Amino acid sequence: MNHSIPSGGFFDNEGKPAWLAWLTTTDHKRIGLLYFYSLTVFFLVGVILGLLMRLELINPGKDLVEAQTYNGLFTLHGVIMIFLFVIPGVPAVFGNIALPLLLGARDVAFPKLNLLSWYLYIGGAILALSTLLVGDGPPDTGWTFYAPYSVKTGTNVSMAVLAAFILGFSSILTGLNFLTTIHRMRCPGMSWFKMPLFAWALYATSWIQLLATPVVGITLLMIVVERWLGIGLFDPALGGDPVLYQHLFWIYSHPAVYIMILPGMGVISEIMPTFSRRRIFGYKAIAYSSLAIAFIGYFVWGHHMFTSGMSGPARIIFSILTFLVAIPSAIKVFNWLATMYGGSIDMKPPMLYALGFIFLFLIGGLTGLVNGALATDVHIHDTYFVVGHFHYVMFGGTGFAFFAALHYWFPKIYGRMYDVKAATRAFWVLFTGFNVLYFPMLVVGMMGMPRRYYDYLPQFHLPNLISTVGSWITVAGLIYMIVVLVKGYRKGATASANPWDGLTLDWQTDSPPSKENFDTIPTVTEGPYEYK
Amino acid sequence: MNTNNTTSTHHEHRDDAARKMGMWLFLFTELLLFGGLFLVYSIYRYLNPEDFSNGSHHLDVFMGALNTMVLITSSLTVALSITAIQKGNKTLALRLLAATIFLALVFLVNKYFEWGHKIHYDLYPGTDLFKALPPGEGLFYVLYYFMTGLHMLHVIVGAIILAVMGKYIKDDKITKDNYVLLENGGLYWHLVDLIWIYLFPLLYLIH
Repeated sequence: MNHSIPSGGFFDNEGKPAWLAWLTTTDHKRIGLLYFYSLTVFFLVGVILGLLMRLELINPGKDLVEAQTYNGLFTLHGVIMIFLFVIPGVPAVFGNIALPLLLGARDVAFPKLNLLSWYLYIGGAILALSTLLVGDGPPDTGWTFYAPYSVKTGTNVSMAVLAAFILGFSSILTGLNFLTTIHRMRCPGMSWFKMPLFAWALYATSWIQLLATPVVGITLLMIVVERWLGIGLFDPALGGDPVLYQHLFWIYSHPAVYIMILPGMGVISEIMPTFSRRRIFGYKAIAYSSLAIAFIGYFVWGHHMFTSGMSGPARIIFSILTFLVAIPSAIKVFNWLATMYGGSIDMKPPMLYALGFIFLFLIGGLTGLVNGALATDVHIHDTYFVVGHFHYVMFGGTGFAFFAALHYWFPKIYGRMYDVKAATRAFWVLFTGFNVLYFPMLVVGMMGMPRRYYDYLPQFHLPNLISTVGSWITVAGLIYMIVVLVKGYRKGATASANPWDGLTLDWQTDSPPSKENFDTIPTVTEGPYEYK
Repeated sequence: MNTNNTTSTHHEHRDDAARKMGMWLFLFTELLLFGGLFLVYSIYRYLNPEDFSNGSHHLDVFMGALNTMVLITSSLTVALSITAIQKGNKTLALRLLAATIFLALVFLVNKYFEWGHKIHYDLYPGTDLFKALPPGEGLFYVLYYFMTGLHMLHVIVGAIILAVMGKYIKDDKITKDNYVLLENGGLYWHLVDLIWIYLFPLLYLIH
């Protein structure tokens, strides 16, 4: 074995060939890493598709691709980023790796089911990507597969939809596994309110995965059946109701937004006390706000349909409920800030990414309220303002939380440390690029530029040009970050078991942890962040 | 589902409560899967009350009722099978499990005749007859095929699961002291039963 890559701990293949040991593993840390590597590949594919879209939009008119190709680009960019990166992202990678460590357990409740989830994920991913290569071209419906267009277009929608169905199943099994793990496998002494906040966030997320995903599963099956049998479940020409499709789709897909963001918020709740050397402020408020977000999140789906034909009272109720979500979200942000107050803050890369998260999520969250208000939504619906908003939440929020988690647990996973100064520089490049890329979208959306077109009017040129330049800076930042991490992986200095002085159980075991995580199962007597 | 850990020195604890909890959580997802269909059904019924009423008049209430009896009886036999294994009576447990699977087959045969009858009269999507139906009635039959079809798939999967459980009982993997797998199989079977108990009145009885 090559000595220049991490070994020892759970990296020991126990005499099996490496590929076999990895592909048949039931170890939660290895499965987390399997997710991490595959997720990274799909993320980069999504990034390239996004880069091509931005390149097309550098000037008005056709620069690079035809309109139809552009439709395929934004659909696949959405499908890949949402279903293959953002939804599984933090829970499947860092939930898998860190949850049993944080709970003081040896593994998740169902290790074999955990591996099955990964295989389902890979199966769904292959199906999604092969829509590019086989059949009548990639789907061109947008990632939402709105009927009736999705049942009429000649492109490869059925396959993409089946891929989403399988990925949903994988997500359900992960949720089921985590719920059972949290209920049954907390170490002695760890009562619910001595549980780390990342575990609370995953708990809330898992309920959404479990209860919301089946609804979109059956909805997507209905699309497939409608396409294959030529029946009219959603096609108005045959008696169906296309708005009903939108309801069913968003009954899942809005809660899914919280599947994406809640685990990220959990990561931030771990990093804040550790790098402020201070007990977390408002532990219970943060824990309960995760549950509150998950709960309210079920009842706001209608805000995606303010302009698609809904009664006045229904719109008002959905709008009010949408505003309610801002309350638990703000509770978290204020508690994080209060945690930092008076602490001795250590600006290491995980903390920088966490602060980046708070800044970007703030913009994303507040622009979300602009979308959620009835009067303003009518004007900005289907404009670039919406695109800017959800990229601030999804990439600036979940994406940055993912990077924060990666920089936080990197030394734990590999037992090595990356170059902290270089990682800090990479953060600033990425952070700058991000804002140059997405802020102009908010502006040009307010000016009235519609989304999902490969062309635009000349008056929108300057913001689009800036945004495209921003996409290059963002990609440069991403590449820089990856280079720093890969260098750390190959040649980084050995990391101690607890390089950040964390108090949670994940830092009380070796780096990398052994296959069994702990020599003896720990016993907990106090809360997770009791900095003295 | 313990870790299959060969090098580990300490023994793994079997956690039956966790396994059962996992099964219950899975059943929630099944309920919500069908829940989406129930939602679509109720909305289209609300929009097309007369067409749905006409459609349901063409379903064979006798066949539906018979199948309801068959499934409820099969839920009884699987429950009795669990009690039998808890009391250590392997032979009886196997016989009751076989009875359950037999009843599942009876259900499927009935369903075959029911669907076959309709298909014989060209009452399925794509035919001229079907296209001439009022849209609401077409939707009713589409939902009828979709809901009972998805349920039928669950009957088949459930029967296979119970057959595997029978094998485990034979091989003494399910015993007097370790029967949680059979309980989980039984839970799944009760779910299949439960969903039918909702499908039957929705499709056959309400006019």
